Amino acid sequence: MATLEVAGLEKSFGGVRAVQGISFSVRPGEMLALIGPNGAGKSTCFNMLNGQLRPDAGSVRLLGREITGMAPRTIWRLGVGRTFQITATFGSMTVLENVQMALLSHHRRLGGLWRPVARMDAAPARALLERLGMAEQAARPCGILAYGDLKRVELAIALANQPKLLLMDEPTAGMAPQERVSLMALTAQIARESGIAVLFTEHDMDVVFGHADRILVLDRGRLIAEGAPAAVRADPKVREVYLGSGAVTGAH
Amino acid sequence: MENLVLQALSGLASASSLFLVASGLTVIFGVSRVVNFAHGSLYMLGAYLAYSLVTTLPRGHLGFWGGVIGAAVLVGLIGLVVEVLLLRRIYRAPELFQLLATFGVVLIVQDLAQMIWGPQDLLGPRAPGLRGSIEIVGMRFPLYELFLIGVGPVVLGLLVLLFHRTRWGTLVRAATQDREMVGALGVNQRMLFTSVFFLGSLLAGLGGALQLPRESVNLHMDLAIITEAFVVVVVGGLGSLTGAALAALLIGELHAFGILIVPKITLVLVFLVMALVLVVRPHGLLGKPEAAARGGQGSAEPVIGPAPPALRWLGLATLAVAVVLPPFLGDYAVSVLTELAIAVLFAASLHLIMGPGGMASFGNAAYFGIGAYGAALAAQWLGAPMLAGLALAPLAAGVFGLLFGYFCVRLSGVYAAMLTLAFAQIAWSVAFQWVEVTGGDNGILGVWPSAWAAPKLVYYYLALALCLGATLFLRRVVHAPFGYALRAQRDSALRAEAIGIDAFRIRWLGFGLAAAAAGVAGGLFAYGKGSVFPTYMGIPRSVDALLMVLLGGVQTLSGPIVGALAFTGLQEQLVRITDLWRLILGCIIVLLVLFFPQGLAGAARARWEARHGDA
Repeated sequence: MATLEVAGLEKSFGGVRAVQGISFSVRPGEMLALIGPNGAGKSTCFNMLNGQLRPDAGSVRLLGREITGMAPRTIWRLGVGRTFQITATFGSMTVLENVQMALLSHHRRLGGLWRPVARMDAAPARALLERLGMAEQAARPCGILAYGDLKRVELAIALANQPKLLLMDEPTAGMAPQERVSLMALTAQIARESGIAVLFTEHDMDVVFGHADRILVLDRGRLIAEGAPAAVRADPKVREVYLGSGAVTGAH
Repeated sequence: MENLVLQALSGLASASSLFLVASGLTVIFGVSRVVNFAHGSLYMLGAYLAYSLVTTLPRGHLGFWGGVIGAAVLVGLIGLVVEVLLLRRIYRAPELFQLLATFGVVLIVQDLAQMIWGPQDLLGPRAPGLRGSIEIVGMRFPLYELFLIGVGPVVLGLLVLLFHRTRWGTLVRAATQDREMVGALGVNQRMLFTSVFFLGSLLAGLGGALQLPRESVNLHMDLAIITEAFVVVVVGGLGSLTGAALAALLIGELHAFGILIVPKITLVLVFLVMALVLVVRPHGLLGKPEAAARGGQGSAEPVIGPAPPALRWLGLATLAVAVVLPPFLGDYAVSVLTELAIAVLFAASLHLIMGPGGMASFGNAAYFGIGAYGAALAAQWLGAPMLAGLALAPLAAGVFGLLFGYFCVRLSGVYAAMLTLAFAQIAWSVAFQWVEVTGGDNGILGVWPSAWAAPKLVYYYLALALCLGATLFLRRVVHAPFGYALRAQRDSALRAEAIGIDAFRIRWLGFGLAAAAAGVAGGLFAYGKGSVFPTYMGIPRSVDALLMVLLGGVQTLSGPIVGALAFTGLQEQLVRITDLWRLILGCIIVLLVLFFPQGLAGAARARWEARHGDA
């Protein structure tokens, strides 16, 4: 069964039809890239999947369960991790504490008034950071971390509730080219090992064509192409959308 | 029927006066985002200066109107000086710090005014040419009131022209909408801010000066008008001129008819309306949501860790002194120490909301007072013993905290702060006006501790144990998951939601918990003093709590403790040694804001970190 099934998703802002009847699905362990020029509707689409926006029409199903219109925090509890285009972490907490928060929330232990956080879920949080190569940074405050490291912390947070689906909005934006490749390789590895379905948007075509198993191309709110990287690259409609930017042909 | 017409007219006159003051406040806020507590002081200065000028200048039209205009201009200049010397340096500080600084100015102006004009009420002359009254629907109506009714719309018209027909006005409107963009376009913001401050202060001064023929000039005008002006500005929508006009009309008429229809709840009425407006329209009638400040995450709040050993020792040493010393002290000193212990808990309760919670509360005194009244009412009407009263105090405060907080924590920034203020004023008004139950202004007397706790020293140890216990508990909470969740929603609402944290719930429960803690402090205060009064819930007490927290430093856990000790100790000493304690306290506050913007504990930590290196 597909992890995520999206059918006939629609959203308009005033007179602008930002997303028009999009359907697709993501399988466990699959890396699915959502690409398209600026304003194609990628972010709108994303925000409807995790509950930040309510779609005008269409349905979103997670493991066969209807999650359309649910609050982001409810959707998270059902197993959807999320990273943001502009990182969002808790700046007044250390890297370790950030991950602990996600774990504590997952275990529904945030109401505690007595036991200090320092002694709760520290070991599993450390293990997650270890997995992402962030163990050495564990004690540093997120507020002073380099941007690339913050992206990794976000990934660690997103993985804390053992998600079935990861939604990553431009996971490598603002990172150095070297870091990009290693982060995406790591993400792909984790996804395959744990059978997590990953849906990501990305502007960097190296990242997209290097790591996606499948690609969806959006243009002006419509899905114009879908398929394996090679097929998408050869698709004349995709070339037309990206014409002049050279991004698709210049990828390799 | 005739009565109603007259009542409506005098409502219009009040609305007009109120609009003058509120328009200045809202224009200043729109551009500079400073919540200017000193605006009421400028209004009061306008009245005093007008009195001096009008009584010195030769009698007649020129003397009177020249005096009024002269006073307004002088107040404008005073505002300009305040802006250049003080506010200009702290525009980047958090809004509560600006508020603290302007409150320092309030204190300074109060004592200066008393030094110059004396404590007695001053009665000014009536306006030449407008002394009489005319007949409207068969009843006499003062001419001066009629004149005032005209002033409001005229000033509104002039302001609208100024803002829409001049380059300067266009810049002001642009800055109100997007300050950073205006700066990026190369506009000299300093000049713009200073000139806006001049205009706003001038309007406040004019408002005050025009009151001269209407009411006596006194030292309480500042705080009386500033609350009303805040209500008008918030109800209208911060920064909106038309909104302020609309709200002034609403509040003015509400006052006028409230007295006719429901005289028992006149005081509550205004704040009820304000609360209602904010619940339905979180940004006021015509206000827009504040644009989120750009520049990403800004400066992150510091990480909270275990206290360094030096601080632990200092804390233990203080505690040892607090335990060992009192038996050797007199009754007076012991009761001062009791108040200190209570102040620490009161400040710590506010700190939980402000620091980790990231919400501002202008009304924490409400829960202190509800705790005190809970204990006192139980003692008076149910004959409850002290321990039952002390147990009831946090319960009552907590329940009301949850009730009021349910609405407050949905809003953010200044609006949230103003809604907490509104609820506190509602609580205060009920205590003040529901005389049969609360005794009104006379309060409830004879709330004495049980016999075993009657000696001052015993009661002190009881208060110390409870306050210290509750304060340490709050500290523990900040280190526990709930405290972390509070900080999580403050740091990043987006991320908090994305990991399943219900920010509303966390803020709401945090508000309730803080209220309950304030209730403990209030209950102890009631039995310590043997009486309760409406002033326990008044604005000054809420401001005291704010001062303690900000003085100590919002971002440190020891901040509220240090702040409470410093503030209460300082005030106590100043009141004893000098009549000018407000002046000195005001100056100290202003200097602290300028030179220790992180508060005392924050500054101490910065020095400690500089010496020991950042973790």
